[in-house]
Amino acid sequence: PNLRFSNSDLDHSIHPLRNSIRLNFPANTIIMNPFSSGTRLRDMIRAIRACKTAAEERGVVRKECAAIRASINENDQDYRHRNMAKLMFIHMLGYPTHFGQMECLKLIASPGFPEKRIGYLGLMLLLDERQEVLMLVTNSLKQDLNHTNQYIVGLALCALGNICSAEMARDLAPVVERLLQFRDPNIRKKWKSTSLRAFKKLTSSKAGCIALCSNVSCHVTVREKHHGVLITGVQLCTDLCKTSTEALEHIRKIRCTKDANEGCKPVTADAQAVQRHRATILECVKDLDASIRKRALELVYVLANETNVKPLVKELVDYLEVSYLEELVHIRKLIKPLCFGVF
Amino acid sequence: MIRAVLVMNTQGKPRLAKFYEFLPVEKQQEIIRNVFAVLCSRPEHVSNFVDAESFFGPDARLVYKHFATLYFVFIFDGSENELAMLDLIQVFVETLDKCFRNVCELDVVFNYSKMHTILDEIIFGGQVLETSSTEVMKAVEEISKLEAASSAINLVPKSVSSWRSR
Repeated sequence: PNLRFSNSDLDHSIHPLRNSIRLNFPANTIIMNPFSSGTRLRDMIRAIRACKTAAEERGVVRKECAAIRASINENDQDYRHRNMAKLMFIHMLGYPTHFGQMECLKLIASPGFPEKRIGYLGLMLLLDERQEVLMLVTNSLKQDLNHTNQYIVGLALCALGNICSAEMARDLAPVVERLLQFRDPNIRKKWKSTSLRAFKKLTSSKAGCIALCSNVSCHVTVREKHHGVLITGVQLCTDLCKTSTEALEHIRKIRCTKDANEGCKPVTADAQAVQRHRATILECVKDLDASIRKRALELVYVLANETNVKPLVKELVDYLEVSYLEELVHIRKLIKPLCFGVF
Repeated sequence: MIRAVLVMNTQGKPRLAKFYEFLPVEKQQEIIRNVFAVLCSRPEHVSNFVDAESFFGPDARLVYKHFATLYFVFIFDGSENELAMLDLIQVFVETLDKCFRNVCELDVVFNYSKMHTILDEIIFGGQVLETSSTEVMKAVEEISKLEAASSAINLVPKSVSSWRSR
């Protein structure tokens, strides 16, 4: 499609009354409505854009920050939403906005969807894992993860997936796990993917719920057809195996059955099942989708041990003859260490 | 994994900056400045792929696309396919176009929170979540409807309702 970006200039289309007021002030004056406690978001953005020098911009931002700080001190409910939007804009320009962190928390705790949304957005942008303030959010997150409205749950999951500390991970792991099982089918694929991602963060913070996560990831990869979820699931398994030997053993012991269309499932080291599951994984290695193939190969590599390496390598070598060109290098790289490492 | 998504105009002003790993604010701003320095010196018909190791750290590549007055930049590591990233930029921009009808830079400036919503539907925690712009649009419309519904009940300042009406 031909994407035309038109440079329409909204500044020309302003209300005639304000037009005449503007004539008396320089372009970057913020027009104050005497009946409101602050400027509109658009006006602030316009004022900042109208600044010709960095010093002017700093002045405008300083004035706005002072107004926002005053509004926060007065505990002003009505404009909290707007103040947060302004803070995010100011943050993007590079100015310090730490005084707004408590406002995020208050917005997240409010019952309305728009307030929650901007609170979570602010949380993701203004805060990061290392802030102690994050601890205070845990309770709100827990409530929102259990909310009946699926979009609010989605907001909470999204925030969790993007910034998550070890303590939060520990507290919220059981809730997130429960969510994987009970989601409404319409958006289940998306929320499963997001919660898988959240889990990845949890395990990378070494929250100690590794067995839990392995169960969950196997559970999901068995049933899941959606591409994005699958990749995340497999990635999660692989990372788990790489970081922890106990997870590796756990996944090895779990039996899984293959899904007809696409699926890459963890393998068990049980003697009887080895044949069947090897075939399964190797079928995944031949899957149509390149990223699933890549992840399947990585999983094969990680799961190899003394007992199964010989047949695995043999099958990989056979596959080499028919595989796509770009994977030849990849497979060769895997086979070599497999042979040398294990023998 | 995708490490950052940046949208900036041809004068270097950031219009959207999302980092998927922790970086202090000064470092973020430094990265934005460095990326702009690299992009504005690139002539028209060269490759869209740039090595980003000098300012982002090891195993970082950058792909950018120039639309009118905006640069869309995705920074990612070796586990992502470069062409897939280029396609993802296209998905993002197409979704913006569907959402704002003939989107221009000013739409991006005044509706950056909606941009964030759209981006969060496409990329989550550094991983690609959705590559179909119709699916993303569906989700974004649902969220906008939900906002409109709840805001009709509460008293909201006029600025928010005009922002929402898009």
